[in-house]
Amino acid sequence: MTDLATRSQNVSATPVPGAAVTPRGRSGWSRAKSVLRHSAMLAVVGITLYPILWMIASSFRPDGQIFGTASIIPEQWDVSNYVDGWNALGEPFGVYLMNSAIIVLGSIIGNLVSCSMAAYAFARLRFRFQGPAFALMLVTIMVPIHAVIVPQYILFSKLGLVNSFIPLILPKLLATDAFFIFLMVQFIRGLPRELDEAARIDGAGHFRTFFQILLPLMKPALATTAIFTFIWTWNDFFSQLVYLTDPAKYTVPVALRSFIDAQSGSSYGALFAMSVVSIVPLILAFAFGQKYLVRGIATTGGK
Amino acid sequence: MSLKELNALAANRSARRRSGGKADTRDNRAALGFLSPWMLGIVGITLGPLLYSLYLSFTNYNLLQSPSWVGLDNYERMFGDERLHQALKVTFTYVIVSVPLQLAVALGLALALDRGMRGLAFYRSAFYLPSLLGGSVAIAVLWRLVFGASGLFNVILGLIGIESSQSWISNPDTALWTIILLHVWTFGSPMVIFLAGLRQIPRAYYEAAATDGANVWWRFRHITMPLLTPIVFFNVVLAIINSFSNFTQAYVVSGGTGGPADSTLFYTLYLYQEGFGNFRMGYAAAMAWLLVLIIGAVTAINFWLSKRWVHYDD
Repeated sequence: MTDLATRSQNVSATPVPGAAVTPRGRSGWSRAKSVLRHSAMLAVVGITLYPILWMIASSFRPDGQIFGTASIIPEQWDVSNYVDGWNALGEPFGVYLMNSAIIVLGSIIGNLVSCSMAAYAFARLRFRFQGPAFALMLVTIMVPIHAVIVPQYILFSKLGLVNSFIPLILPKLLATDAFFIFLMVQFIRGLPRELDEAARIDGAGHFRTFFQILLPLMKPALATTAIFTFIWTWNDFFSQLVYLTDPAKYTVPVALRSFIDAQSGSSYGALFAMSVVSIVPLILAFAFGQKYLVRGIATTGGK
Repeated sequence: MSLKELNALAANRSARRRSGGKADTRDNRAALGFLSPWMLGIVGITLGPLLYSLYLSFTNYNLLQSPSWVGLDNYERMFGDERLHQALKVTFTYVIVSVPLQLAVALGLALALDRGMRGLAFYRSAFYLPSLLGGSVAIAVLWRLVFGASGLFNVILGLIGIESSQSWISNPDTALWTIILLHVWTFGSPMVIFLAGLRQIPRAYYEAAATDGANVWWRFRHITMPLLTPIVFFNVVLAIINSFSNFTQAYVVSGGTGGPADSTLFYTLYLYQEGFGNFRMGYAAAMAWLLVLIIGAVTAINFWLSKRWVHYDD
């Protein structure tokens, strides 16, 4: 459950059961069965990851050679698609990466601060209208962004904030990703109340109890929130498409989309190259944060 | 809303009862402080705009002139709007087909992996990768090219002896199915949830059943499935809500049109076209409300149906 992706891949890159014998020893039949199972499973892995591997291979191929082959091994490591793609749009692709990074960073900070504060109130304080407020918070988990985008857009355009990152970051600073509040409420409920009480006896107020006692203990929940925010914001297309129409403000997803229009089919290799570039941060986040990601999925979804 | 959230709600209520229902004033003030960002968000970003869009839905508004009251016109228009009906049809087809398919694949693989298989962490990471990347524009771009006339899909069909030169995304009969396939492909995330759920089932149940001579199928039918139903339920509720708001793939695969012949006109895509392409903000607001009502109703039906099939331990 807690292995890092890198380690687990090293350990089990060759999951051939013959390589390791269990203490009990294995009969030939159960070994054969195990080999069969792993072969079947590896075949499923192969089919599942095939499109991604083909995309990576294609990003190194000249345009004429991309289509018509199913091979996932590039014939040569030609990086000219990356050079072309990087400079194919109005701005170098690095600008879009930077724009996405700013929004992601702002969103992570916003979610960590605002959701943990709200979660503390819901989990540890008793206040008027707590029940209705909590119910309201849960209901907002169900409201998709598409349902409120029209009035939100009107608001931000009246404020002159379209084509800035504020409409994309400000909502996170205001704890609108209620899913994470819920996640943290559940986590705080699992922490012993005696900690709070001991702090109170020592004369700590709520703010000190929160910042000095609970927040350091909430690291796993905070890490889960950070990594999910990273992935969801990096992949977010809808709200970025709505709010960012100035090419200099484009984020990675919006830039990729405009790539399709701009090239109109002339340079698929460059398009693939930038697609690969756009998923590298996700893969890195996954590799480093897998533990918290899996735990987060499991604790919110599992029992 | 999930089961667990409902439980949390109940726990919250009973905690309040224990405290005599009377909150002390110090907490009130502190709560105001801790919740101030959240309350601003509710007023300014989520609930406030939602209520404002209810007002907008009774108006015509193009962002330039001020909204003009038209009463129920927008809602009446919905009844005659063929594209809206098409959008509903596409979205419901997508939800009804892709959610069960994806969960079936996820459950099947989780079961196969659960039985003490070595290399679990590797398989889990590999299978999670599509879920990680599936929502991105990059993968939608890839899909568009894989299912194009000279794309990878046709090449592979050719390798197994099926000659095809059609573009699967330009054919109104198949375009939606490529997007459904993309959704099924992201089975990793529910699979991880299933795996966590399977771990919670006490091994002793299986051992006892095995001692009594129960076969694999019996154990699956009478131990695994009933104990896993709360997790299946959670996955179903979550997947349905997410599927209703799918946007990226349909937008990129169809180049923003919802075509060919509106065959991939997802509800959110049509909402986007009306609101931000045609600047019919009033109509888009009415559509947004319909979406909220649909998601709310489907979730409520889900909870109501769950009484019949979800097995609770306690």
